Amino acid sequence: MSIRGAVHIAGAYEHPGRHLPDLTVPQIHADVARGALADAGLSFSDVDAYYCAGDAPGFGGMSMADYLGLRCNEIDSTETGGSSYLVHIQHAAAAIAAGHANVALITLAGKPRTGGAAPGGSMRSSAPEGSFENLFGLNVVAGYALAAKRHMHEFGTTSEQLAEIKVAASTHAQHNPNAFLRDVVTVDEVLESPMIARPLHRLDSCVITDGGGAVVVVSDAVAATLERQTAKVLGTGVAIKHSTGGRPDLTFTGAAVSGPKAFAEAGVTPSDIDYASIYDSFTITVLITLEDLGFCKKGEGGQFVSNGGLLARGGKLPFNTDGGGLCNNHPANRGGMTKVIEAVRQLRGEAHAEVQVPDCKLVLAHGTGGTLATRMGSATVILGQEDA
Amino acid sequence: MTDQLPSPTPATTLETEPFWEAAADGRFVLPRCNACDEVIWYPRLFCPSCGSNDVSWFEASGNGTVYSFTVVERGQGGWREHSPYVLAYIELAEGPRMLTNVIDVDPDTVAIDMPVTVRFDAGKDGGNIVRFGPAS
Ligand SMILES: [Zn+2]
Repeated sequence: MSIRGAVHIAGAYEHPGRHLPDLTVPQIHADVARGALADAGLSFSDVDAYYCAGDAPGFGGMSMADYLGLRCNEIDSTETGGSSYLVHIQHAAAAIAAGHANVALITLAGKPRTGGAAPGGSMRSSAPEGSFENLFGLNVVAGYALAAKRHMHEFGTTSEQLAEIKVAASTHAQHNPNAFLRDVVTVDEVLESPMIARPLHRLDSCVITDGGGAVVVVSDAVAATLERQTAKVLGTGVAIKHSTGGRPDLTFTGAAVSGPKAFAEAGVTPSDIDYASIYDSFTITVLITLEDLGFCKKGEGGQFVSNGGLLARGGKLPFNTDGGGLCNNHPANRGGMTKVIEAVRQLRGEAHAEVQVPDCKLVLAHGTGGTLATRMGSATVILGQEDA
Repeated sequence: MTDQLPSPTPATTLETEPFWEAAADGRFVLPRCNACDEVIWYPRLFCPSCGSNDVSWFEASGNGTVYSFTVVERGQGGWREHSPYVLAYIELAEGPRMLTNVIDVDPDTVAIDMPVTVRFDAGKDGGNIVRFGPAS
């Protein structure tokens, strides 16, 4: 059974705030849930399935279903870091296609800006790998820098090429009034920003923001009753890439598995995609993911992103037109939800006019959770217009 | 040049105690699967290659090369004051790639494929941490 075309994203909402000291995390979950349901033309009483990840407090889905007053027949708290919410879309699609649910709510919320928690603070001391990684000063940036260094060694990728990714994100972010960073930056400004873990600079890194987001996934039957334009879920792919008993290959990500699965289910190819939301915890995350998803050959990501390759205007592949995690928002240190939300905006023609892709019919969103150097959850979702 | 890096007594489990007990004696041991001969990293009494739980320890050569590395300029928490330091994947002669530090070296001279050998880094905090330094 394929989920192709059986389910639709009917509502999407991104919290406008980037610093929310006066709200609790459950309040932010509730605000984004209300926003996404209102966007779809639905209400809390319509929800019969709920999905959340490690950012949800307490007992996760059980606590939040209680807080929100949901009556759920289906619940899932799959935790794969920042990619969790794209995994949830696959699980919601399967549950709806199987007839277990009709209206699935997925929420994300967190306050790392207020709380000052280090990015990736979820590295758990009980993890079996813990004392063989944390003991050596591995942190989130270093976990991506190790992959960047190896990619440079094998393929000649340069810091200038990585900086092009940040430049494109900032070029888009200037048009987003809610973006945390709205100044357009140059390649030189990225290279001159403080080095955090060679070869990654501060401006190769995503922002740290409070906030959240939510999407509502519905069945065909429910979608048919709604006035709002929906996005058809055409294909999904999920993969866990890990250290393989001590033989990690740092030159690729789990997108090399999740991407082809999603494309096969959707029945489309990378060259068909009009717009892509690519997970951008760091610039290197984007570059390797583009290769793995098949937008260019392995090792040619540096050339692909150069000369404005990712720009909404004139680029080969318009990406992250909200400014992405690099400039706009990375709520709870997890960027997957906002990737889906901007992809839905593009399909609806509701991105900012300066970055809206004309005649946008087919979009891709990709999430990467965890760390490139060790283990990650990768998830790809392909969405299309209702006549796709 | 990095100074003495944080070397806390490692948290051990029933599975990893033999690794750290050997390190305390100045021996670098690795787990190997008796069913499929795979050398396993990180240490566990389970073979992720074939699913066997028949695993035993052997003394490794302590030789390897740098597979990838980063010079961390701004470490977090207790590592901040020790920055810059070198975090690296060492490809051990026995096969696995091990995350560790490269010490006793100018960070600017570390390179991919550089030969390294094991160092037992007895920190002031009491641990005997398995790190690597340039092969002599
Ligand atoms: Zn085995």
